[in-house]
Amino acid sequence: MGTRVFGEPVRRREDGRLLTGRGRYLDDLGRDALAAAFVRSPHAHARITDIDVSEALDVDGLVAVYTFEDLPGRIGERLPLLIPHPALTHGRTGYPLARDVVRHVGEPVAMVVARDRYLAEDAAERVRVDYEPLPAVVGIEAASRAERLVHDDVPGNVGAVLVQETGDAAAAIRAAPHVLEFRLAIERSASMPLEGRGVYARWDADDGSLRVYSSTQASTGVRAAIAARLGLPTGKVEVIAPDVGGGFGVKIVHPWPEEILVPWAARLLDREIKWTEDRREHFVSAAHERGQLQDVRVGFDGDGRVLGLDVRIRHDHGAYTPYGIIIPIVTSTQLLGPYKIGAYRAEVVSLYTNTLIVTPYRGAGRPQGVFCMERTMDRIARHLGLDRADVRAANLIQPDEFPYDQGLTFQDGRPLIYDSGDYPELLRKAKAMIGWDGFGAERAAAASRGRRLGIGLGVYVEGTGVGPYEGGHVEIDTAGRVHVSTGLTSQGQGHETVFAQIAAAELGVPIGDVHVTTGDTRRFGYAVGTFASRAAVMSGNAIALACRKVRDKALRIAAEALEADPRDLDITDGVVHVRGDVSAAVPLRTVAVLSNPLRYAFDEETARATQFAVGRPVTEPPIAAGEEPGLEGRDYYSPVRSTFAAGAHAAVVEVDPDTAEIAILRYAVVHDCGRLINPMVVEGQIHGGVAQGIGGALYERMAYDESGQLLNASFMDFLMPYATEIPRIRTGHLETPSPLNPLGIKGAGEAGVIPVSAVIASAVEDAEGVRVDAMPLSPDALHTLRQRAAADPSLIVRAE
Amino acid sequence: MGEAREDTREDTFEDTREDTFDVALTVNGAHRTARVPARRLLSDLLRHDLGLTGTHVGCEHGVCGCCTVLLDGDPVRSCLMLAVTASGHEVTTVEGLAAPDGTPSPVQRAFRECHGLQCGFCTPGFLCTVTALLRETPRPTQDQVLEGISGNLCRCTGYQNIVASVHRAADLIARSAEEGEA
Repeated sequence: MGTRVFGEPVRRREDGRLLTGRGRYLDDLGRDALAAAFVRSPHAHARITDIDVSEALDVDGLVAVYTFEDLPGRIGERLPLLIPHPALTHGRTGYPLARDVVRHVGEPVAMVVARDRYLAEDAAERVRVDYEPLPAVVGIEAASRAERLVHDDVPGNVGAVLVQETGDAAAAIRAAPHVLEFRLAIERSASMPLEGRGVYARWDADDGSLRVYSSTQASTGVRAAIAARLGLPTGKVEVIAPDVGGGFGVKIVHPWPEEILVPWAARLLDREIKWTEDRREHFVSAAHERGQLQDVRVGFDGDGRVLGLDVRIRHDHGAYTPYGIIIPIVTSTQLLGPYKIGAYRAEVVSLYTNTLIVTPYRGAGRPQGVFCMERTMDRIARHLGLDRADVRAANLIQPDEFPYDQGLTFQDGRPLIYDSGDYPELLRKAKAMIGWDGFGAERAAAASRGRRLGIGLGVYVEGTGVGPYEGGHVEIDTAGRVHVSTGLTSQGQGHETVFAQIAAAELGVPIGDVHVTTGDTRRFGYAVGTFASRAAVMSGNAIALACRKVRDKALRIAAEALEADPRDLDITDGVVHVRGDVSAAVPLRTVAVLSNPLRYAFDEETARATQFAVGRPVTEPPIAAGEEPGLEGRDYYSPVRSTFAAGAHAAVVEVDPDTAEIAILRYAVVHDCGRLINPMVVEGQIHGGVAQGIGGALYERMAYDESGQLLNASFMDFLMPYATEIPRIRTGHLETPSPLNPLGIKGAGEAGVIPVSAVIASAVEDAEGVRVDAMPLSPDALHTLRQRAAADPSLIVRAE
Repeated sequence: MGEAREDTREDTFEDTREDTFDVALTVNGAHRTARVPARRLLSDLLRHDLGLTGTHVGCEHGVCGCCTVLLDGDPVRSCLMLAVTASGHEVTTVEGLAAPDGTPSPVQRAFRECHGLQCGFCTPGFLCTVTALLRETPRPTQDQVLEGISGNLCRCTGYQNIVASVHRAADLIARSAEEGEA
């Protein structure tokens, strides 16, 4: 192999354009396009009795207004249920524009197209919609009581009941020496990328083809959906994810109503049309996540070993279920974390409410599962008077127990089998980094000065790199440039850099010669998407496999040119040469010329490949059997099952005895994602995840009132952390390679966020001596907890 | 709109009754003009009328800081300013931070060296904010850095490497000043 680039903190190749304003995000495109704007429901639940667009027609610059009645054939059909599941017996999706009934504030009712966005909004304001308000179902408790229904034909508001089970949990708990029972709650948050959603469509009437740009995490899925709805062959639809200003999960949902309607109208009007989501729209029309109530029953022995665990999870999935029940599946499986839980039963009830849809946000159900398990570990420790880390250690899967079968079915429909890891070492390192063992003295010293400190930790396992597959294509051109493409998309993860590192390492070329394209169906048409910490594992391995094909081919062609055995050849800095003899060499750009036998030369270099120049035997065809012209290769990576990353986080917090403000003094992360491709990029992913975790633990919640109005739908009121709220994050790595894939890597994208709420809850509980059972923990919430504990001693936790 | 006062009306679009006004300003050192309705935001003028799409709009209500540009050297939220009020002023956007020959500014260099960006959407706002911060406070303390960037949201980086980038940029500026003196 050439210069060592795999595993190095290579600087990002995308930064040059992003730092100079030359990035191209969705709204930077289509300067001359018409603008779309949407009339959205102001009611959480209402029947539409009339829509009058006549006043809107008076707005100069208006081009068209559409309501449900205007949508022909498949355009007006319900949006697809993307991930069906046998347990989702009552899946429901909305229409692109509301038909008769709206079920959440923000549901699109009409689309307006005008010369610019200002005029489109003027017209949208003038569309009069008459509603007959219906009672709204808001919150998990109200949904469970089912006094009112979100969908008339969904009894009990229950979309799905899912059971995950291994062993006889009820019997194990009955037989256990100690039993605890409690309830936990996590509120809603959201991905909240700084760039919202957006779609820009161009219809080419002469060619009968459509080009769509979308700020999406799944351009191939968007393409398939648009082609199906518009009745076009996929070959006539191109979908491109340009630079995307963050996704964090929300942009995996597709097709959004706007992704159907904007291309449809572009074709109908034969005009370019663009829709760029504004922030308020994003709050009420994109998606949220996290909201769950969990009822836990755990049986354990005197050493804190869990013997049986029974969890009933009530999950709020909002008004519709376009993304199925992936989140509660992930919660109920990943809840087990790094532990050997004797017998386990999880029953998920997934409920409809008249609120925005709930689809994966970074972590995708894991933060809730880890919160449940880690709170359980803390409860056991407090109950037995044991050290919280010791209780965890007593339950950990040991390094010699891999592969470890948890006996459940994971989100990819495959067995939940952990491939590799060293969980005790993660825990040991995290304790060392945060100063766990000496903390008693630190807390006491602080207490003597009137300061209230606490320490907490959390351990988690994350299934990453779910299938079914991703692919890679690699082509070396006659200038020696290496073009790498993969179908999945990028939202800031640095794929152009890490995939180039992989290609450079596999091929033996300078990284500067490698050019990576992602999320462009013109370059690669088969893909699944970017979610579930899968891009590096899936596309990284696919690209490596494609590179190996190209490398083998290059060696075969070069061997013929050099009259050498391919097994004696190597590639260094883009030149194929005989090992130990640099004089017998041919550059890859020449190999690329030779790979494509030509009749017509277009320059001096390609003249070498014409039929009177090449030296192949005249008895052989110019292209050998089984070969293809061109120095290129394509391959796919399709894993038998997911690979499991893991980590441990720990924090020290200080709580203000008067104001109940919580400050994080130290935060430590130990992370194991197998072999690191680029440690700088992985650390960046962890930092961002932890910050989102801190947001979810302390600040972020979606404040719906009882009528289903989102009261904090702006950045003024929905509090995301600024630099002043995020402490310095210390990171450490373990590298336990995955045995499942050629590169030995595991996913890293979501890791940072997963255990943060659990860690902060543990630390605040430690500082306060008051039981923490709900997140986020605002000063107000903590103040309430203090008052409750003052009246109810059972809420006071025993010190270690 | 329909209530346009006849005596102040300067022009109308062909098919709207909306008043438009001439705006003349200096953007990244170049004289630029545009004719815009009174309600046009400075961010929209820059992005859509002048084609300078490096300035991003993340919230449209002045909280996220993505749209921060320099107005006569001071950071402002271009989504909270009407384009007409920028007339006669000097605006610097992310496109104007590098030297005329394309050499990145110390702040741009520092963000690249320290991995101070991921998706890049908030980055132009941070670059403008930090450029102004370091002009005012060439050697900021950690607290001054945190305070200085506390009006800009980033959802990707957890701010760790942005903070490092600010300190690094201060180093680079100091070094180039020393070299300039020597």
